Amino acid sequence: MYPVWRLLRKVQVRSHTGRLTPPIHNMKITIDNKTINVADGLTVYEAAKQVGIAIPRLCYMNMETLGIENKPAGCRICVVEIEGRRNLAPSCATLCADGMKIRTHSPRVLNARKTVLELLLSDHPKDCLICPKAGRCELQTLAIYLGIRQIYPVENAEVSTYRKDQSPSIIRDMDKCVLCRRCETVCNTVQTVGALSGVNRGFMAVVAPAFEQDLQHSPCTFCGQCVAVCPTGALTEVDHTVRVVRALADPAKTVVVQTAPAVRAALGEEFGLPAGSLVTGKMVAALRQIGFDYVFDTDFAADLTIMEEGAELLDRLRRMLAGDKEAKLPILTSCCPAWVNFFEQNYPDMLDVPSTARSPQQMFGAVAKTVLADKLGIDRNDLVVVSIMPCLAKKYECQRDEFKVDGNPDVDVALSTRELARLIKEANIRFNDLPDDEFDAPMGESTGASVIFGTTGGVIEAATRTAYELFTGRQLEQVDFHELRGLDGVRTASVDFNGTPIHIGIAHQLGNARKLLDGVRDGRYHFHAIEIMACPGGCIGGGGQPLHLGDAGIIKARRQALYREDAQKLIRKSHENPSVQQLYNEFLDHPLSEKAHRLLHTCYFDKSNRH
Amino acid sequence: MNKITSIDDLRKIKQLLESQLRLREKSDDPESLVQIKVAMATCGLAAGARTVMNTLMEKTADEKLPIVITQTGCMGYCHAEPTVEVRLPGEEPVVFGRVDAKRAVDIIEKYIKRGELLDDIIPQNYERI
Amino acid sequence: MAPFNMHLLVCGGTGCRASQSAKIVERLRAALSENGLEGDAQVVTTGCFGFCEQGPIVKIIPDNTFYIRVTPDDAAEIVAEHVLKGRKVARLLYTDPQDKARVSDSKHMGFYRKQIRIALRNCGFIDPENINEYIARDGYEALGRVLSAYTPHAAIETVKRSGLRGRGGGGFPTGLKWEIARARQADQKYVVCNADEGDPGAFMDRSILEGDPHSILEAMTICGYCIGATKGLVYIRAEYPLAIHRLQVAIAQAREYGLLGADILGAGFDFDIELRYGAGAFVCGEETALIRSMEGRRGEPSVKPPFPAESGYWGKPTNVNNVETFANIPVLFLKGPEWFAGIGSAGSKGTKVFALAGKINNVGLIEVPMGITLREVIFEIGGGIKDGKRFKAVQTGGPSGGCLTEKHLDTPIDFDSLLAAGSMMGSGGMIVMDEDDCMVSIAKFYLEFTVDESCGKCAPCRIGNKRLYEVLRKITLGHGTADDLDYLRNVSAVIKDTALCGLGQTSPNPVLSTLEHFRQEYEAHVFDRKCPAGQCKALTHYFILPEKCTGCTACARVCAVNAIVGERRQAHSILQNKCIRCGACFEKCKFEAIQAG
Repeated sequence: MYPVWRLLRKVQVRSHTGRLTPPIHNMKITIDNKTINVADGLTVYEAAKQVGIAIPRLCYMNMETLGIENKPAGCRICVVEIEGRRNLAPSCATLCADGMKIRTHSPRVLNARKTVLELLLSDHPKDCLICPKAGRCELQTLAIYLGIRQIYPVENAEVSTYRKDQSPSIIRDMDKCVLCRRCETVCNTVQTVGALSGVNRGFMAVVAPAFEQDLQHSPCTFCGQCVAVCPTGALTEVDHTVRVVRALADPAKTVVVQTAPAVRAALGEEFGLPAGSLVTGKMVAALRQIGFDYVFDTDFAADLTIMEEGAELLDRLRRMLAGDKEAKLPILTSCCPAWVNFFEQNYPDMLDVPSTARSPQQMFGAVAKTVLADKLGIDRNDLVVVSIMPCLAKKYECQRDEFKVDGNPDVDVALSTRELARLIKEANIRFNDLPDDEFDAPMGESTGASVIFGTTGGVIEAATRTAYELFTGRQLEQVDFHELRGLDGVRTASVDFNGTPIHIGIAHQLGNARKLLDGVRDGRYHFHAIEIMACPGGCIGGGGQPLHLGDAGIIKARRQALYREDAQKLIRKSHENPSVQQLYNEFLDHPLSEKAHRLLHTCYFDKSNRH
Repeated sequence: MNKITSIDDLRKIKQLLESQLRLREKSDDPESLVQIKVAMATCGLAAGARTVMNTLMEKTADEKLPIVITQTGCMGYCHAEPTVEVRLPGEEPVVFGRVDAKRAVDIIEKYIKRGELLDDIIPQNYERI
Repeated sequence: MAPFNMHLLVCGGTGCRASQSAKIVERLRAALSENGLEGDAQVVTTGCFGFCEQGPIVKIIPDNTFYIRVTPDDAAEIVAEHVLKGRKVARLLYTDPQDKARVSDSKHMGFYRKQIRIALRNCGFIDPENINEYIARDGYEALGRVLSAYTPHAAIETVKRSGLRGRGGGGFPTGLKWEIARARQADQKYVVCNADEGDPGAFMDRSILEGDPHSILEAMTICGYCIGATKGLVYIRAEYPLAIHRLQVAIAQAREYGLLGADILGAGFDFDIELRYGAGAFVCGEETALIRSMEGRRGEPSVKPPFPAESGYWGKPTNVNNVETFANIPVLFLKGPEWFAGIGSAGSKGTKVFALAGKINNVGLIEVPMGITLREVIFEIGGGIKDGKRFKAVQTGGPSGGCLTEKHLDTPIDFDSLLAAGSMMGSGGMIVMDEDDCMVSIAKFYLEFTVDESCGKCAPCRIGNKRLYEVLRKITLGHGTADDLDYLRNVSAVIKDTALCGLGQTSPNPVLSTLEHFRQEYEAHVFDRKCPAGQCKALTHYFILPEKCTGCTACARVCAVNAIVGERRQAHSILQNKCIRCGACFEKCKFEAIQAG
């Protein structure tokens, strides 16, 4: 039997302070003839879930532990019958009341549900065969579940259509929008970006940037969280798999691939493996089988990032401790391209605060197109660098002008985890049966520090491991900094650098980043270093990852996988990565050297007037 | 404008302003009121109709009487100007001739208040739309 | 200064202003000064008299003469004849449609006879831009009494005892609403006046704001005192420039007198009012949508609970009442709740303002006691159906009300009776239809409105209403099937059952009520391919009655497609395969020889 205490845990409700408070069981309700006691503040949907009744839903989404909730009660699919009420009630937004009698699947409810779904389908394109979301579409799943077989043929029925909008990362095909408003909630409430909101009215109502501008001309940071939550094919990533296939098919090109840390912890989900399965070896094998000439690891570049960012932190720290007023602290991480977009637009007055270190993807690209191309004796134009990223903003990042040499980008194509999965399937590879394979040298070698880049708190933990040893000159006894781990939106910790307390701030999701940054801007917070990741949980919850369908547990499982991989690694500190050391010895001299600045650092622009 | 700082203040101001609207309040149901018409054509004015009008208005206002007073044109009794037509509620109108300020007061005091007829009543009358 | 012995009240409502009433005021003043009468007669711009059909209205006080359809050119005559000589200008008087007699006093007009004016008490009576006239009519007296002699609790009890229910459409007991808002603890609460009047053809709120803005300010202040709010907001649509102007003037005057602001009437209570402008969306009349709109967000409703009284404007407890509801508040305190409760019917107290429109003689704004029957309103106040046609249906409650028929004519007009009859009170639109109206087209017309005005947030309203409209269009085009009728019924029922807000839940009412009461008309369209009312062009066939046709050729000449053939002085006929059913011949024929069917 299912232990009762676990039931209790599930119904814990979040109070306004965000703390979990013990539930109070003080109401008796009847759902489908089952009488149960429920806690105050519980919705009918949640109560039904407790007793194993699944009410279908479309717009509703609740990732409680991440503070992401979308509850507009707009789709009307989750309606239920409540005795004594004139109309059906949306179970997602209706609180239980004592004595409530609820029917979740009565004929009246079923008819309403089917009729409403049929109406939704009547205003939805029927091109499921070629829809990027086919098979993963929540609307499609619902249509199958409710057994819709026909849409009443209304003479000259209008279908709402909108201009398609393609940005560097995201395609908006609003013909497929069901107005669930999840993207809007994520963009406004969670990320506080404010690029998307409901516009127009009635039949032409749709979620769009203000004045129905292109996303590219909106405050969009390309974080891709809207794509991650879209139930249909309305918001999808720009698919670059064809470019990769063509590059691979071109005998004149040498194609190398790099894989970001968070990809290995999620890719397996696309092949039916449970969330949190680590598939590093299978992924390498698959990439090699697809035909990449070299399979490298972005983790290598992550270690490089730590070298540069860590050196920058120590430099600023030492200068500050020496009384230099010019030394800017805190230092902000800059690995996350959506975060970079966000501060370029919202904090133009603080452009000198973030680290100038490029993101691992771009460091990798720069090193590959110079050092590697040199080694291989090929022109950079004949070297194609592909990256596999959990992220959609990476597609935008690699197109930024700062990361091009004479028009040739350091990273040619950024694929999302989902695109890689499609590529593997297209290549008819039986992923789950693949033997584990190893990354190529030298840019495939990495440490445990770089693996945890993929989760919130990971970059700063990796930086702390290195900075501590470089600052104090002592060996770390305990590599794990548990105080930096967790999933709370904003976290703070102090690490003792041999008598010097280093104050660290961590935020994931841009809304939390804003809170932290506002505090820094108006002098409320004093940190030495801040890590910010745009997506929930960090890159593991990135906009390019396999769809979590609103299940926060998936994000947690991926996080655990990364910490597992870190713990398994022999080398767990970036500065101990022999390949990285070699790179400095042979080419870069030392962190923050002139060469390092040219290849591994960047600058930021005031984009507050972009919209 | 001065601020109104209490309800008594408000009521005082209301008292002052009330007279401005009394005419409109009364006209809501003119049949229930005494209606006085003062002929104020050239002949009437020449004979002093303005004084009669003012006297009637002032007395009515001072005593807050249920009377509406309007002017009218020449009633055709130029020989007897100023003429004043009085219609008590539910009764036929009566026209008084050669009215001056004193007779105007008499009309109110005697005819309207007590129903006593005065001299110099012009008997004829006519229908009006 | 001696008081004026004559007042010339000129309607300055939006309707009459559109017919040059401002110019009438100007000309009247000029004519008065030409005749040296500036000191004797006063020209006053007032709010709406309600009889808009007959506007512009000029009313002469003290003899209560009601002039209709006055033009600026009539001003000189009114002064020369009426003011100077006391002779009424007969041609400007109202003619009774029944006995054709001239009526000079509005009291004797059928239109006004059964009206009781509470909410509209000052409209057409005072100058809305002059606070003194409002005060002279006991204005702010109710506020003074409440502030000096009532505890908030006692004042709310008074409102509750009066039985006043919200006039915006919901009919929620006003006193109870205030009590709920009062019970919430908060550092800030708000009083909101909902002036986002959106029912097509309804303009009672506009008229009240234009004609008596201070009554709303006074009532909002009373409400603020009752619920513990110090801030009031009027959410008014920007398309009401005159009402906005009058409110602005009124707010400025009230502030100057200290009737808004700090320490009102020395009672230690602070309250001030600001305006918020709506961009003209029907759905913003729904209180949660209204609040979102006031916050600068997209005007769309949200699920209740939480009700605005719990979490409203910026999350603070907010009491939202409609203009007409507020307009009743001061009187209720002046005359007492028992007096108020004495008017109206068992469950609905007081009066209700209706905007009469459609195929009715006396179009305009009326205020009648609750419980009056539809028959009295339509046939006595409304003066019956235009052109002596037969009454067919009346639609109450705005675009999402239901159509009621002859058998409902003796239904008393109150919240519960109308709901029971399948319609609703709404905000007071009342549209009368005659035998020439096609009920399918009527339903389609209303659906077109709700399709336009839906916010699009919930699927049933956004898509369902569109489909209903499309199916109705199909039926009026003569392509309807029996399945369409089933589809209409099912989709309507589901929209009603599942839509998020009042707009969606009521939007299928015109379809459902016409399907119920005029099923045979739908069937005629679907099965016989005929529109009994002859309104659906695609289903209308024109033919010539040979016995009536004189062969004048007028029809043949007007026909754009040469579909009418026939020799001069001989009976003509229409070639059905060529006819495009434009109806031009039908209009042209002087001999009633052309029939539509």
